[in-house]
Amino acid sequence: MSKFRDLVIGTAIASSLLVTPALAEKLGLGRPALPEEVAAWDHDVRPDGLGLPEGSGDVLTGEEVFSEKCAVCHGEFAEGVDNWPKLAGGIGTLDHDDPLKTVGSYWPHLTTAWDYIHRSMPFGNAQSLTPDEVYAIVAYILYSNDLVDEDFVLTRENLATFELPNAGGFFVDDRDTVELPKFSVEPCMTNCKETVEITMRAAVLDVTPFDATDDAAAPAAEPAPAVAAADPELIAAGKKVFKKCASCHKVGEGAKNGTGPLLNGIVGRATASVKGFKYSKAMADAGAGGLVWTEEALAAYLADPKGYLPKNKMSFAGLKKDEERKAVIAYLATFGG
Amino acid sequence: MSDDIAKGTTRRGFLSATAAAGGALVAAGAAGAATPDPLIMEKQPWATGLGDGVDAVPYGMPIKFESHVVRRNVSWLTADVISSINFTPIHALDGTITPQGCAFERHHSGAIELSKDDYRLMINGLVETPLVFTYADLERFPRVTHTYFCECAANTGMEWAGSQLNGSQFTHGMIHNMEYTGVTLRTLLQEAGVKPEGKWVFVEGSDASSNGRSIPIEKALNDCLIAFKANGEALRKEHGYPVRLVVPGWEGNMWVKWLRRIEVGDAPWEQREETSKYTDTMADGTSRKWTWVMDAKSVITAPSPQVPITHGPGPVVITGLAWSGRGAIKRVDVTVDGGKTWHEARLASPGQPMALTRFYFDHVWDGTEMLLQSRAIDETGYVQPTKAQLREVRGVNSVYHNNCIQTWWVKASGEAENVEIS
Repeated sequence: MSKFRDLVIGTAIASSLLVTPALAEKLGLGRPALPEEVAAWDHDVRPDGLGLPEGSGDVLTGEEVFSEKCAVCHGEFAEGVDNWPKLAGGIGTLDHDDPLKTVGSYWPHLTTAWDYIHRSMPFGNAQSLTPDEVYAIVAYILYSNDLVDEDFVLTRENLATFELPNAGGFFVDDRDTVELPKFSVEPCMTNCKETVEITMRAAVLDVTPFDATDDAAAPAAEPAPAVAAADPELIAAGKKVFKKCASCHKVGEGAKNGTGPLLNGIVGRATASVKGFKYSKAMADAGAGGLVWTEEALAAYLADPKGYLPKNKMSFAGLKKDEERKAVIAYLATFGG
Repeated sequence: MSDDIAKGTTRRGFLSATAAAGGALVAAGAAGAATPDPLIMEKQPWATGLGDGVDAVPYGMPIKFESHVVRRNVSWLTADVISSINFTPIHALDGTITPQGCAFERHHSGAIELSKDDYRLMINGLVETPLVFTYADLERFPRVTHTYFCECAANTGMEWAGSQLNGSQFTHGMIHNMEYTGVTLRTLLQEAGVKPEGKWVFVEGSDASSNGRSIPIEKALNDCLIAFKANGEALRKEHGYPVRLVVPGWEGNMWVKWLRRIEVGDAPWEQREETSKYTDTMADGTSRKWTWVMDAKSVITAPSPQVPITHGPGPVVITGLAWSGRGAIKRVDVTVDGGKTWHEARLASPGQPMALTRFYFDHVWDGTEMLLQSRAIDETGYVQPTKAQLREVRGVNSVYHNNCIQTWWVKASGEAENVEIS
């Protein structure tokens, strides 16, 4: 501790001379944070459990919550969909080529999973989970990694002491002692080697995005307006709004189902009618019940996806502004089935 | 045609352009022209008509002829574009300052729109007085201006196992260099009063990812900035408007954007971005953590795969960038023969600590193939290692902190390719 104080004082002197104007006294700017304001923002959780709220959750509840709110990207068994992160598996692979890094195989602290899910998930609807839901989801992730049985209950009391397989697998940066002496050597300037051979070429793999496939510069093909009266400005605004949807939904020529169903022809289409897409039970039931995606129905759904159709699996908070909903529907209406 | 050459990504266009330009050069050389140049002989519309008035463009974008100098992303890298990264077109820039409009972006939950009026910054934890600042409050603290590079720890990360991407934009474009204006983090921490047991700060963003990192108090009190201007103007949305953290020389993930909270604590938080990510797995399966400093590194930005030589043999400017998270760049060496012989490059200006340094090597190309490399040396004496040297220590599963020497194979045609050499 005394060492730390010395450092602070030492830096203070250097700073007043070189870096910033000297601040002998506080300026009295800002205002004291109220305790309830700190409580509203300070949600972080440390490995020692500091910051964990009261609560608990079991594996089976976790499976239900996970299926509803997480599986759309992470898969029903936490195995990951497409390029989305895999949360389970990979234990014992860290010294292999292409190790599989998951909560089970790689993460050192379970508190980190709780903290991250609580503050940052679900993607597109962060900070919507209750503490009990987070405990349950984390319990299910442990179960998916074969680290607990299905009757396991995760609580504030047992979370911080739960030891993950790779807890001891990390060491603090040692480049200063391992690499710097090795690399800090006056380098050779002449006659450094006799021959040079090319041992690998990027053209062999050929993964560089070229203009045709990955081009920010080329103008995108504009959709042909299907309705003569459509407002081009509204459609353009809708195209922008659609960026919020585009990570899961595709439209246009050649579009396919992704995390969400293909949206060509969505306006006026029967609900849950895209072939090859696995809908939630809630969405399939709505389709079977005769729901059609009229502009009005879409607007209501987009305003509050979970409120309009409880238990559907679209993990999106919704479009709160009426003009955004109108614009994106106008944009979608330009794509025929 | 000239647009295609500039893009450097249209192989057919490049080849026919070289044939035309190279042919003309071989025939005419520097000696003279066979026929008068119509661009000189004929009156041109821009020399006779009128251009735009001063009210045409209240805030300017680059002229249309530069429309290829843009950020690009690599779609197969990530699951979607909201939580992803793109690349600065370093192959087409010169000097050291990166214009904000083409400086790489990395978001975890997308670039948010947060106004100055809606902005709040909180300091809490082990401080005498937890505080809340508005944007207007921040502007009243004593201000500083410094230039620093910001490099993503994953820059060049796709190249660990072998040459993958053809272009310095893609291999080294997760970097930018800006002149930041703001308040030192030290000033704000002093205002709140750090308690003696405070050894770490936690910094957190306002966006949905609420990206958070732990920073040791020594660094926080040393040179970190609470920045609100870059290159003289407000930060762009994608770089954290209205306020971001600047952590000089350390990995970009710590430069939290839309900074909303600074908490002082007595231990690190071990957040997702400092455990499951931004840790470096060695060949034996153990992993380094807290690898904050960016090692000395350099790359030749041109010629390179996106910037082939189109003029045939003769004078050519070989140029690139060098930087180090441990201080200033002292020297950059360049080789054209794959490292048999090295030459000291010319620095555009003396290296500045933790900022990009531009180097030039003025070469007369004989038209035969070249294996171009650059090698940075910083003020600590650290010499940028080869990929083989790095792999010897770290294996190939590290992902982050790949600062190896890069090789471009320039063929007799002038085209260049990303390669590895013995």
